[in-house]
Amino acid sequence: MAARIQIPREARRGDVIEVRILIQHPMETGYRHDDVGHLIKRNVIKVLSCRYNGVEVFRADLSSGISANPYVQFYTVAEASGNLEFTWIDDEGERGAERQPIVVKG
Amino acid sequence: MKRRDFLAGAAAAFALPGAALAQVDPLEDPLVRALTNGAPVRKGKVTLVLPQLADNGNSVPIRIAVDSPMTAADHVKSIHLYSERNPVPNMANFYLGPRAGRAEINSRVRLAGSQRVTAVAKLSDGSFWYDAAPIVVTLSACLDES
Repeated sequence: MAARIQIPREARRGDVIEVRILIQHPMETGYRHDDVGHLIKRNVIKVLSCRYNGVEVFRADLSSGISANPYVQFYTVAEASGNLEFTWIDDEGERGAERQPIVVKG
Repeated sequence: MKRRDFLAGAAAAFALPGAALAQVDPLEDPLVRALTNGAPVRKGKVTLVLPQLADNGNSVPIRIAVDSPMTAADHVKSIHLYSERNPVPNMANFYLGPRAGRAEINSRVRLAGSQRVTAVAKLSDGSFWYDAAPIVVTLSACLDES
């Protein structure tokens, strides 16, 4: 599962930074049928979490009410240089992980 | 809270159950009640922004912002999104903390038809606040085959 993450490359300590993540995922609702009329099993990303240098700063429980290729934008305070680590898991137990480095000055 | 709102709320609380059912209120939703455990949910602080009309319910931009200083002493703990008509009414829960700096979430949701969407925020002092927005959805998501 691929994901695109956008955060500033650098920030000053204490700045509120915008974090955007877009995950490639069908977010199958479980209400659709395939071409031969069989129900397509639900498969959505259940949990998305973001850790900043190991500390969880954001978590989301998602459902079939979130669009395919879920996009979430949130904010966090730039505390120290390091990584923002994103992890998520879907109904089929498939896990995704992505990390993005950030340099914090001052 | 205005005195008038308080009195109306108090009157509703003591009214007969039958009379209460006549009102359609997202906060009477059992899911919201389970979240708040019976605590009052006041309107305010939360701003829910949805387009007035969505041509396609499969992807509707949504913005939820909560007026909060986001300090260790006073911050938003979580934001919960509810839909009136989706098969899964609790669309999403977002958990924040003082590290968020700003209590604002942008995302995209699926909506099964024209309805009212409600966002409930839980603050660190244990209070609950909400905002609701109506939306007209031309092509509904989830239940339509597309």
